[in-house]
Amino acid sequence: MKNDSARGLNRLALEIGYSLRGFLQTFGAGQIFLLRLIINSPYALARPRLIIKQVYVTGVQSLVVIMLAGLFVGMVLALQGYLTLSKFGAEDTIGMVAALGLTRELGPVVTALLFAGRAGTALSSEIGLMRATDQLSGMEMMAVDPIKRVVVPRFLGGVIAMPLLAVIFSAMGIFGAWLEGVIILGVDEGAFWSQMQAQVELGQDVMSGIIKSIFFGVAASMLAVFEGYNCVPTAEGVGRATTRAVVHTSLSVLVLNFMLTAWLLGGT
Amino acid sequence: MQQTRAVELGTGLFVFMGILALFFLATRVTSFDSYSGDEGYELTARFDQIGTLKTRSPVSISGVQIGRVTSIDFDVERLEAVVSIRISSRYNRIPADSDARILTSGILGGQYIGLQPGGADEYFRDGDEIAFTQSAVVLEQLISKYLFERGGDGD
Repeated sequence: MKNDSARGLNRLALEIGYSLRGFLQTFGAGQIFLLRLIINSPYALARPRLIIKQVYVTGVQSLVVIMLAGLFVGMVLALQGYLTLSKFGAEDTIGMVAALGLTRELGPVVTALLFAGRAGTALSSEIGLMRATDQLSGMEMMAVDPIKRVVVPRFLGGVIAMPLLAVIFSAMGIFGAWLEGVIILGVDEGAFWSQMQAQVELGQDVMSGIIKSIFFGVAASMLAVFEGYNCVPTAEGVGRATTRAVVHTSLSVLVLNFMLTAWLLGGT
Repeated sequence: MQQTRAVELGTGLFVFMGILALFFLATRVTSFDSYSGDEGYELTARFDQIGTLKTRSPVSISGVQIGRVTSIDFDVERLEAVVSIRISSRYNRIPADSDARILTSGILGGQYIGLQPGGADEYFRDGDEIAFTQSAVVLEQLISKYLFERGGDGD
């Protein structure tokens, strides 16, 4: 009996050790892959058409999702802010609350999460399918580097699209907050904008959101193409790579967000 | 070819929308307007007590904001707080004997510097020091003063 539990414990420790090693290995492979993407970026930049195509695929085709999400997030921020702040007679500040929340946090983070679901999955399953159907090996045989031709343009397209999407999300969110707060709930319009303008700063709040979304763009695009490129070349493998891309992107965006907030806004 | 054109058009529109959104955030959402750069002139003022005044706190005259606090320092020699403020060059005819007070906006609001115009013919110039200042009122000091005076009445 005692021997049994000791064996179980032993196996548990082994499992933890293995998964930790697996995690570190993947993490290291990801860093090397990111470095490869960055080193190969100049080659891709020489072919802007490929990148424009990818900005279209990741950015323009996510636009409707981002705009709708932004609108409703802004509206719910205004509504929640109103319900709480009107207890203190401070409902005039909902514009400020919504704008700060959107530009600093929700804009970049929710955009990155939606991006992972909308564009990241498309990227990893596309590259994964290319891997599974030996298109990538075919390119290698024709002396075309698939990293330069396929992976890097997709990565750069995502990196370019993300900050633009985040800014559009924030702007739509503020429009939604205005719609809900001023038009529906009847908050004074002058107070709505002036409170916002008095408290939101371009350098600190808006720029920190943009810096965040650039980091998220790099992380989300890198993880999506990394999982696709390194997937097991079967139908199941492509599916699992796509799932992993979304899960890893979402988690790393949230972790990265905390670290970036601590760095940019300073918790000291 | 048709499709390439649609892609380029869509991407162009997308980037344009992004820039438009950024422009909206910069102009409508933040107070991007007046004195953001180096224009205007700088004054200093010394206070015994600045309360919760911070850099970027507003400086106003008759309730109209004319500048911001740019830096706060402590003079070890004279044991006073030294506050530098930058005033928009539009307001370049403020009498040189005006006094500066640290006031509080609202009950829970932040503190700001209010200028009270004097009557001199001279105007403040860049680098001048505001000679007449009034420190911030600290709530604890006010309460204790009130309590001690009440105590004195009772005797």
